[in-house]
Amino acid sequence: MAEIKSHIGTQNKKGQTYTDPWKMMHEAPRNPSFYTGSEVIKEALRRASCDVMIAYPITPQSEAAALIGELFAEGYIGDYFRGESEFAVMSQCAGAAFGGARVFTTTAGPGTMRAMENFPMWAGARLPIQMIVTCRGINSPLSIQPDTIEISYLLNTGMLVWHAETAQDFFDWILKGFMVSEEPEVHLPLALCCDGFFVTHTKDVVNLTPTDMCLPPYDPYRSPVPCMDMECPPVRMMRDPFIMKSNYISYATHASWQQEIWAAVERSRKHTIKWINGLIDTENTDAEVVIVASGTAVSQGREAIRLLEDEGVRCGLIKVKSLRPWPGEEIREATKNAKHIFVPEFNVTGWLAKEIKATIPNSERVHAGPHVCGGMTMPPEIIVSEIKTALGLRSESLAGRGS
Amino acid sequence: MTQYRVLPGPEHFLPPAAASMGIYLPNPGEAHINGVIVPEEKAYEEAARQFLMAQVPTIFPGPLVLWAWNEKAAKKAAAVRSLYETLKECVQPGQKPMLIPMPDYRPKYPKINPEVEINPNHPNLTIWHNKIDCCMFIGVHCHQANLSLKIIRGGTSCYTVAMCAQAGHEDAMLSFRDASVEKILKLGEWIRKLKGTVKPRLTSAKTSASN
Repeated sequence: MAEIKSHIGTQNKKGQTYTDPWKMMHEAPRNPSFYTGSEVIKEALRRASCDVMIAYPITPQSEAAALIGELFAEGYIGDYFRGESEFAVMSQCAGAAFGGARVFTTTAGPGTMRAMENFPMWAGARLPIQMIVTCRGINSPLSIQPDTIEISYLLNTGMLVWHAETAQDFFDWILKGFMVSEEPEVHLPLALCCDGFFVTHTKDVVNLTPTDMCLPPYDPYRSPVPCMDMECPPVRMMRDPFIMKSNYISYATHASWQQEIWAAVERSRKHTIKWINGLIDTENTDAEVVIVASGTAVSQGREAIRLLEDEGVRCGLIKVKSLRPWPGEEIREATKNAKHIFVPEFNVTGWLAKEIKATIPNSERVHAGPHVCGGMTMPPEIIVSEIKTALGLRSESLAGRGS
Repeated sequence: MTQYRVLPGPEHFLPPAAASMGIYLPNPGEAHINGVIVPEEKAYEEAARQFLMAQVPTIFPGPLVLWAWNEKAAKKAAAVRSLYETLKECVQPGQKPMLIPMPDYRPKYPKINPEVEINPNHPNLTIWHNKIDCCMFIGVHCHQANLSLKIIRGGTSCYTVAMCAQAGHEDAMLSFRDASVEKILKLGEWIRKLKGTVKPRLTSAKTSASN
């Protein structure tokens, strides 16, 4: 922390003051602004003291990537360029982070999948890169529409994975995310996810911190691994007998290395709780019916709860903010009174419901749904219908709406 | 609260990372012993006691305090040397303090020389060869220190201490955090203070290194 403190109060070349991150995020005045999610990403980056941003176009993150290019032109980003593909971008991000830079990128859908090999590599190399994932469909036939299936592929990469509900979450968590992932005992990449279009392309009032304040610069000397060293693992890879040899010592080293990545995920828990005020948010969890959701499914769940209250059905809400680290203990505690747990999701497989089922006792309480996918919206009425049907209450057929 | 405790091994074919077993790192001003958070003062006493009990108490300085790569590193290295000299002064006949560097993290092939160095990829070889039964890591990058500490816990009975300049290490049996020259020297003072009050494990040579 000594290195961070030494910068606080000084100014960068744009005249922004390096500010104590906690004061900046929790005590500084906020300015309400009406922005799209993409514009919010730009505004967060303006305040992030980011060294390198690497871009590649893929909907729906292209606008954010282009807007950050404007920041570079204005002098707020150290370096900015377009990679040759998503795989190249993520590899280039690794190179920049190996060299000791604070690195940021954005991707989406098939881009996330194309670059996938890099994410466990980032985690294994302990590179605290931040990647925005504006989720969309990934399968053929091609869809650019909102769908959160790609998050499920990120869950076992060793990255931290957070799922923002709103543009406000996005603004705050981009800045706070650097603080968590750059802690020396964590030092892992963060996939900060949102539901594409719903968050990136809609406008909302977002309370921004002052433009003349910014995060202290990244201090690579606090890293748990040396900066890029061609003689040491993980850079020294394929040519090395240690990596390739089939013997117990080699296996034990690899096994310990993997364990250390997941230990670091665990260590992020206390910092994540501190910075984003808990891994989950809860409302009325003494109710017998509880909705558990992440991303914009939380917003739809909130509206469904309002509709249910009009009909005399009391329902609680759990907003899952962090998926890695996984809030297992928190969800067990928050669902202990629930007889019915509903998990609305914007994907076809219901990965969040599976995680919750694996976490809580009496998992038959979990109703995995409703699901929508392929870009469909999730009207609150279908959540209401699912809940009422499960409770044995009469529910009107939604197929007839509007007729 | 977790029931798991970070104890001398050999623990398992592949022991778990202590963090995955619910062990938390200490906050500033604290340390941990066996995974239980304690005031830092208590950890000095216990670390000194473990050093004085050991047949082969050993300090493993890493690249962050070697090579005089900046002024702070040079001062820490001098403090580590002073701690080692203190240890030599305070042990009893039959005890054999050692100072073995972890100069870098390069995999050593075809074979490490355990007489002169320790390596994070197979630290157990140096522990076994020298029959080290208590060791302290200092100046080793945290990721590499954790690899070492876990492998040592898995395959040896060596008691491990971490003097970490960052947030500490759950995989050590005892860990300080925010290590400084002052803290290194303070540990030396505790060793001096306990000199002659701790009975060494001189009769346990057969089992101490748990080959």
